[in-house]
Amino acid sequence: MPEMTEILNALVVFTNFVLIPGLAYGSQLALGALGVTLVYGILRFSNFAHGDVMAFGTMVTILVTWWLQSLGVSFGPLPTALLALPLGIAGTVLLCLVTDKFVYRYYRAKKSPPVTLVMASLGVMFVVNGLVRFIIGTDDQRFFDGERFIMKARDFKTLTGLNEGLAIKSSQGITVVIAVILVALLFWFLQKTRAGKSMRAYSDNEDLSLLSGIDPDKVVRITWIIAAALTTIAGVLYGLDKSFKPFTYFQLLLPIFAAAIVGGIGQPIGAIVGGYVIAFSEVLITYPYKKVVTYLVPESWAPEGLLQLLGTEYKFAVSFMILVIVLLVRPTGIFKGKVL
Amino acid sequence: MKKLLLASALMATTGTQVVHAEDVKIGVFLGFTGAIESIVADMGPAAELAIKEVSDSGALLGGSSVTGVRGDTTCTDSAAATAAAERLITSDKVSALVGGDCSGVTTAALQNVAMPNGIVMVSPSATSPALSTIEDNGLFFRTAPSDARQGVIVSDILNEKGVKNIAMTYTNNDYGKGLAEAIEKNFTESGGTVTINSAHEDGKGDYSAEVGALAAAGGEVLVVAGYIDQGGKGIIQAALDTGAFDTFYLPDGMVGDALPEAIGPDLNGSYGANPGTDSPGAAKFAEMATAAGFKAGPFAAESYDAAALIMLAMQAAGSSDSAKLKDKVMDVANAPGEKIFPGELAKALKIIADGGDVDYVGASAVELIGAGESAGNYRQVAIDGGKVSTVGYR
Repeated sequence: MPEMTEILNALVVFTNFVLIPGLAYGSQLALGALGVTLVYGILRFSNFAHGDVMAFGTMVTILVTWWLQSLGVSFGPLPTALLALPLGIAGTVLLCLVTDKFVYRYYRAKKSPPVTLVMASLGVMFVVNGLVRFIIGTDDQRFFDGERFIMKARDFKTLTGLNEGLAIKSSQGITVVIAVILVALLFWFLQKTRAGKSMRAYSDNEDLSLLSGIDPDKVVRITWIIAAALTTIAGVLYGLDKSFKPFTYFQLLLPIFAAAIVGGIGQPIGAIVGGYVIAFSEVLITYPYKKVVTYLVPESWAPEGLLQLLGTEYKFAVSFMILVIVLLVRPTGIFKGKVL
Repeated sequence: MKKLLLASALMATTGTQVVHAEDVKIGVFLGFTGAIESIVADMGPAAELAIKEVSDSGALLGGSSVTGVRGDTTCTDSAAATAAAERLITSDKVSALVGGDCSGVTTAALQNVAMPNGIVMVSPSATSPALSTIEDNGLFFRTAPSDARQGVIVSDILNEKGVKNIAMTYTNNDYGKGLAEAIEKNFTESGGTVTINSAHEDGKGDYSAEVGALAAAGGEVLVVAGYIDQGGKGIIQAALDTGAFDTFYLPDGMVGDALPEAIGPDLNGSYGANPGTDSPGAAKFAEMATAAGFKAGPFAAESYDAAALIMLAMQAAGSSDSAKLKDKVMDVANAPGEKIFPGELAKALKIIADGGDVDYVGASAVELIGAGESAGNYRQVAIDGGKVSTVGYR
């Protein structure tokens, strides 16, 4: 029977390298996937420009953050970027409404098939992509300030006397807290408010909702505003946790779509579950359990190998395997979204 | 008398080699965007500095002008690199290429475009050991050493520091894989242990899984054979944040001031090595770089030398034709001959035109061995006080 401290050490290792990073990354993906799923559910197309709109919103927030910092404004232990966030969201909302007015509305009025809108969004993607690089450049930008850690690995060791350290970054804490608040707000909005209900009605049956006197322009507008806000927040949280680089944001599109589809595209709850499924499957399946097991079993049983199911180079294969399996077995996704 | 004059005039024109001045173009084929764009920001101007120096001297091939034409390798996308090389060679009609930069795209451009068209490539930074033995029709050279050599250097430095076991992660491409294999082979042979040797992909959003695996395997030092702008940085950041590793070994792709700037004081105490030399040429080149408005950063010296070698070989061959100049590259790079340092390209061109011999030393102490690659001089560095500082040379 392993001793108590051994069990604790095993738990700490697992939490530090699997649970906390997975939770933070999953929350970032979930917020991104929520935006994709809302646009899909209500405007009925897969928005490929999502990753770059995310980069745009983050860029605006970074620029405002720099401006605030130059004025000497700070948010105490929290990152200044949180203060800049409302302006970042405003900028992104503006971008989304402008692209809708000049691009998507035309195809919507023509009742074009969804694939035409998808292609249009691809065009928007390239334009926004270029715009972001033109304004802020292709380089890495770091804009985190304030207290970096809630708990440092070394402090944890001295505090508890355990062998293993546990690190919690402020950005990870902020990410999870904001994600929970936003998801709660979104569900309240969709279930309880008049605007939310009209959005759901429009998504459920467009013609019927128009007959009941719902203003389609208003629904579209609100959808873009919410999607833009979610996207910007996801992008800023991601940038605070890692760093901002336009290229990486473009690449994030893939896991975000995977999350939305696995969970059931068009279903907000599915986007959240999908985000965590994708994040945890990447980490759980490629994590070597050697250290954890070594703490739990008697010394003579300690494993020689790494106890790793798959090498880390296969982590993307893992998320796409899950995607393929879900599409084969349950094409609507875990939470019965609309079939693609 | 009239006939005699005419005859001697004819003698004069036919006796010496007649070279017509032309507009020579040289491709500067580097990754201006992508995984190593921050390093290329100095490599490109370095190559162009040598080109300008030669062009302004008016001493090349009877007063030919030389211009550099840029092409983007993207460092990682072989299809894009092949297309860019195709454009440089068939549409811009460059005589030779300085480049490519990363090993994978360099191999692709060499095999798909340069070899079919018979164009010389001199790479300043492709270091994969596989390029030493590649079939190249004598067209490929590099002023950077093979990573087989770097493997020895890394192993030596780690042993001197008393490191017994390491964890290693490499960027999943020809460069990373070749380097990681060379390091593992040498370090294991010298009695060290590699606890894990795993790949990471560049440009991805999250490296928790990779760092988790590296941490579980453990090791005194984490060797990160990646790129400074890409996954390499992400891995180091995540490893420090989770407390998985404190000390990192930084191979050539990871050495640069951008790294300590991005990571901060936690990186102090890490160390590494990149190609570099304390020869007088390096100092002279650093001055020239500053005057021209760029930094003598990683691989900048090699880029200057790559461009210089191409033009000196042209002069020695008496032609800007790759088919002729390819046989002269080794001659101008190695002894015997007068030693040539950066800023002395005009002098070198004159010596060659007068029938003399040069031994181009350049900014990176060029000495081409084997199939035409640098023997390899390395600068050992340490991260100290948020800066990359030179410890010594090997």
